[in-house]
Amino acid sequence: MSYFKKSPWLIHYDGSSCNGCDIEVLACLTPLYDVERFGIVNTGNPKHADILLITGSVNEQNKSVIQNIYDQMPDPKVVVAVGICATSGGIFADCYNVLGGVDKLIPVDVYVPGCAARPEAIIDGVVQGLGVLEEKYKNRKERKKKVNA
Amino acid sequence: MKILLTTVLFIILAPVAGGLLSGFDRKISARMQKRVGPSILQPFYDVLKLFQKENVVVNISQNLYAFCFLFFTVFTGVLFFNGADILLIIFSLTLAGIFFVLGGYSTFSPYSFIGSERELLSMVADEPMIILTAVGMYMVTKSFSVADIAAYGTPLFFYIPGVFLGFLFILTIKLKKSPFDLSTSHHAHQELVSGVTTEFSGKPLAWIELAHWYENVFLLGIVYLFFAPVPVIGVAVALLAYFLEIFIDNINARVKWQWMLKSAWGAAIGLGVLNIFILYIVQ
Repeated sequence: MSYFKKSPWLIHYDGSSCNGCDIEVLACLTPLYDVERFGIVNTGNPKHADILLITGSVNEQNKSVIQNIYDQMPDPKVVVAVGICATSGGIFADCYNVLGGVDKLIPVDVYVPGCAARPEAIIDGVVQGLGVLEEKYKNRKERKKKVNA
Repeated sequence: MKILLTTVLFIILAPVAGGLLSGFDRKISARMQKRVGPSILQPFYDVLKLFQKENVVVNISQNLYAFCFLFFTVFTGVLFFNGADILLIIFSLTLAGIFFVLGGYSTFSPYSFIGSERELLSMVADEPMIILTAVGMYMVTKSFSVADIAAYGTPLFFYIPGVFLGFLFILTIKLKKSPFDLSTSHHAHQELVSGVTTEFSGKPLAWIELAHWYENVFLLGIVYLFFAPVPVIGVAVALLAYFLEIFIDNINARVKWQWMLKSAWGAAIGLGVLNIFILYIVQ
């Protein structure tokens, strides 16, 4: 049995977001939405996190930062791209310094489009991410078994 | 035989009690902020999950330090609930704390360095009052043995109320609650990420969490000791003290370490030393 569904800790990184999506992510923590009732904790520490929440697109300035945060997270981990910029680059896709969505750099598991994504949509995205997290945990366990056998 | 039984019972029951206390802490905190809050069992889910996570280490010795922190915290509690010498118990508690600090220092992260430094300062701030608590208990009962102190006829609170209040003050530091949660905390504090625990993940982080549960049960045990002759009141006061800490946690912002040191030593001198001095004069 895995406990990832009951205790997802997340880290939020703001790529080149206009702060619209960031405010909506923070709104999830307020009394109105209160994601802590699902056991979700905003840790701000990649080593403690299970879910990487990225808002905004990837650009030349932040690609190494995103890669670094992703690499520091212990397995199993899930990436949720929040907002249309993180999903595809949005209206900034053609800018000379923008690479595009987060999936240009690291594997993304859940896309939450929207400009800005609503708190309900973000929570739904995280909950869908939990399913992926569970699956990754099972795969990891089986891989370990095979290695040991 | 009795020692073995107490030891086994403590090792099994303390994390259950500590985890539930932590669960109530989060629930009550959430209610104070007009939120629904997580389930009471949330801390157990968190720790069980951490056991299933990958353990990424910077330095292999950090695992050892985390384990020693857990081991010596459990040892402290075992000594306490077996009624051993309170000075040895304080010594063991400090040793556990030092292993926690060493764990932070072993990881070379600037955030855990700051956290470890602040944890050391917290220990400097709270240690005098802890020693004074032992001295105060000795002054009344003429014994350092927890068993003798617990068996003393009248509640110690009536002789050393100042020491009790002083201990309540440093309890905030020991439980790592605002305004004294300088070294590490569960909340997202961008200023020092997670402090001492920044570079810990997976199993060692779960050990550290477990150690905090054991430590909390032990600390509330000391609060209980002030009212030991009347167990019902002892337990009630211990729980009330914990509630008070949650309340203080929710209405305070974090302070600088200078303020922590001044106020903790101020409490130790103003409440602890004064109380013991008056007791000495009267006796």
